[in-house]
Amino acid sequence: MAIVDMSAREMAAAVRSRELSALEIVDAHLAEIDAHDHEVRAFLLVLGDEARRRASQIDAAIARGEEVGPLAGVPVAVKDNMALRGVETTCASRILAGWRPPYTATVLERIEAAGAVVIGKTNLDEFAMGSSTENSGFFATRNPVDTSRVPGGSSGGSAAAVAARFAPLALGSDTGGSIRQPASLCGVVGAKPTYGLVSRYGLIAFASSLDQIGPFARNVEDAAALLSVIAAHDAKDSTSLGAGFDASEIATGVRGMRIGVVEEMLDGVSPGVSSVLDSAIASLVEAGATVERVSVPAARFGLSAYYLIAPAEASSNLARFDGVRFGLRVEGEDITETYLRTRASGFGAEVKRRIMLGTYALSAGYYDALYGKAQQVRTLIARDFAAAYERFDALISPTSPTVAFRFGERSDPLSMYMSDVCTIPSNLAGHPGISVPFGAAEEGMPAGVQVLAPALGEATMFKVAMALEAAAAKQTVPAWRSAAAS
Amino acid sequence: MSSDQISREETLHIAHLARLAITDEEAALYASQLSAVLAHARDIGALDIAGVEPTMHAVSMRNVLREDVISRSLDRDEVLASAPSSEAGMFVVPRIAGEG
Repeated sequence: MAIVDMSAREMAAAVRSRELSALEIVDAHLAEIDAHDHEVRAFLLVLGDEARRRASQIDAAIARGEEVGPLAGVPVAVKDNMALRGVETTCASRILAGWRPPYTATVLERIEAAGAVVIGKTNLDEFAMGSSTENSGFFATRNPVDTSRVPGGSSGGSAAAVAARFAPLALGSDTGGSIRQPASLCGVVGAKPTYGLVSRYGLIAFASSLDQIGPFARNVEDAAALLSVIAAHDAKDSTSLGAGFDASEIATGVRGMRIGVVEEMLDGVSPGVSSVLDSAIASLVEAGATVERVSVPAARFGLSAYYLIAPAEASSNLARFDGVRFGLRVEGEDITETYLRTRASGFGAEVKRRIMLGTYALSAGYYDALYGKAQQVRTLIARDFAAAYERFDALISPTSPTVAFRFGERSDPLSMYMSDVCTIPSNLAGHPGISVPFGAAEEGMPAGVQVLAPALGEATMFKVAMALEAAAAKQTVPAWRSAAAS
Repeated sequence: MSSDQISREETLHIAHLARLAITDEEAALYASQLSAVLAHARDIGALDIAGVEPTMHAVSMRNVLREDVISRSLDRDEVLASAPSSEAGMFVVPRIAGEG
């Protein structure tokens, strides 16, 4: 088996047993990036020298007989909204071009302590606002399965990097579906943990009450292994829960489990994605679970509530980009004109749209009717999920209503927002969710099944994901491989 | 909800509140796009949910106290190195108040 096709756990085991060196593993991935990233454009920055240096350190530590951690020598691609000290971090925004953070995100400290090697910073929709990575301030990333299509977003670069075999693992962030939707569109596994399970320190804030960092992998157990490394209490994040995650007991099967199919997430789903979900349901029944339809009525209002709450929080969070402390400054006559010019020139259209939407939703006269009401809807969604979890252990739905679309196909903002209709409710409730690839839908493109669980129900969620993975069709491969095979 | 149509003038006003310089043409486009999103949000405007508690945050939060001990913070010079302009340990900004 080629090195780049191995699982992350196989790579770490091979490094620890000295069958392979960390440097060989890193070099194999750098070669793959060199050969194909001009087609995919997953990375904003490849950290070749740094990754090789780090790999050599790990190899030296192993030679000295030191303990090297569960992810020893495993390359990880990191969404470029997580700060790495001294390394350019941009959020794919021109307003931050050239910024080198003076600190490192807690998740990156944790994966490095576990022996992982950060191989590069991946592209995203600017400030994680979008569902296609077309909103990057620099360039669009392409779907490795079919490069005429988008990889999804906002963590499109991380999803594409894992699908393309540029890294076995990646980190993304999910505010309304930004890990799960691109995972579905690229045919990889992507999980959003319970809000508060993973530290947000060093994650550049979009909507603070919704943002959560999570793993991408090509298989469920690798995703669980990465989550177990990053899930921990962090005194630097005031919303950190203090819980951890143990990945050791997720492969026990779904026999006897009760699984609900969320009715509200079946509207507007394409025929291909719908038939993928039907096969997934059949496989869970086959594996011994009881599967029934369930209504989560308030989930219908998730999209509306989200597009008031997230922009409102973003309008406040993004006020810090003002040309004073970091990033771009376009000088004006006075401070106000400097703010106006800097922000007009540094932010892209979607970011401006959301800042304005949030400013409007929070403005006097609309606050109660818009923002206040959206927060009440958030309570209803949590209540309706709680009622469903009285009868069911886990819930499933499509991850995205459609497969990956072509570039430019969704130029109207509202039609783009619809991509996240199935993923948004769990962000509003703070619950975990995972997308598991389950074969192909329209035109051979991958489609994922979403598994949802109550807060801190990651173990249950991963069990269902494992059962789906066991029944799923063969993995999708990058376009250059299917071309070579045919 | 009172109205879900935002005028071009209102859009210019919101943009100024958000400290974004936009042109008249941009204002017209943003006005129609923001109106479309707000029209979609009309579904929650119509909900009769008086008395439902709002959720600000998915996690119920309370204050966590610790001993007041001095710990390391970021290095000042490293932080100032990221700024467009700094001098004598401070950020330099353009004129804030009129001369007088």
